[in-house]
Amino acid sequence: MEQIIFYILSLIMVVFAIASVTSRMILRSVVYLLFVLCAIAGFYFLIDYNYLAAIQLTVYAGGIIVLFIFSVLLIHHIESKLDVASLGRRILVGLASLVGAGLTLSVIWAHPFIVAENSARSTEVRDIGLGMLSYGDGGYILPFEVISILLLAAMIGAIIVAKGTRLTIKD
Amino acid sequence: MIQGVSIYEILTVTTLLFFIGIYGFITRKNLISILLSVELILNSVAINFVVINKYLYPDMLQGVYFSVFIIAVAAAETALAISIIINLYRLVTSVEVKATETMKF
Repeated sequence: MEQIIFYILSLIMVVFAIASVTSRMILRSVVYLLFVLCAIAGFYFLIDYNYLAAIQLTVYAGGIIVLFIFSVLLIHHIESKLDVASLGRRILVGLASLVGAGLTLSVIWAHPFIVAENSARSTEVRDIGLGMLSYGDGGYILPFEVISILLLAAMIGAIIVAKGTRLTIKD
Repeated sequence: MIQGVSIYEILTVTTLLFFIGIYGFITRKNLISILLSVELILNSVAINFVVINKYLYPDMLQGVYFSVFIIAVAAAETALAISIIINLYRLVTSVEVKATETMKF
């Protein structure tokens, strides 16, 4: 059962990712990306990390996609089609991507992963929170604080940059 | 771990996602589309962290932390990039790559 769900999810991921990078209508491309992100959240549910799935759904599918749609609606004419790269360039890049994927996959499939068997224990949100706020060995309190400062700085920077030159020129 | 699914199959899917993202990153001519491809690449890397954590070291949580940080950094990066793109659209009324010849703000 889980196997079938995994295959369906990975099919959705790959097909809609290809559709997202090849579609010539930008809004459709954003919506295809939304499908890919939702499939990834389903994958997190399947692998039993509910916290990550919730974050994926709220931050990516809820926040970033809405941001993309807003900017597309502000900037683009919806009906106009994107211009694409020339056919030769697309074929060249596609071949290069295929070669890179083949190389990576051959390395992955040749590597003997030592899979741990006794992983029936499910992860609780409590463990994640305690580990992220612990001072001791393997604690992640410093990156956690740094990321909060980074988010604050990005927020202020985004406001200032998007406001444009009107902030600096006094008339 | 998922019953009946080996780590190789999951890594295959994420590798495909990664290279689809790279294909879009190179062939697209529009700044927002390039940003979409970057999101694909970041997501495939986040899945890799989670899967390797779950399959190889199921007692630890390091991969989950790194995925959370990747998602946070991706959110910050997208917000900044979209604000830059909107500002650029005001300056040159276009978001094509070939129209952005100057980095001056």
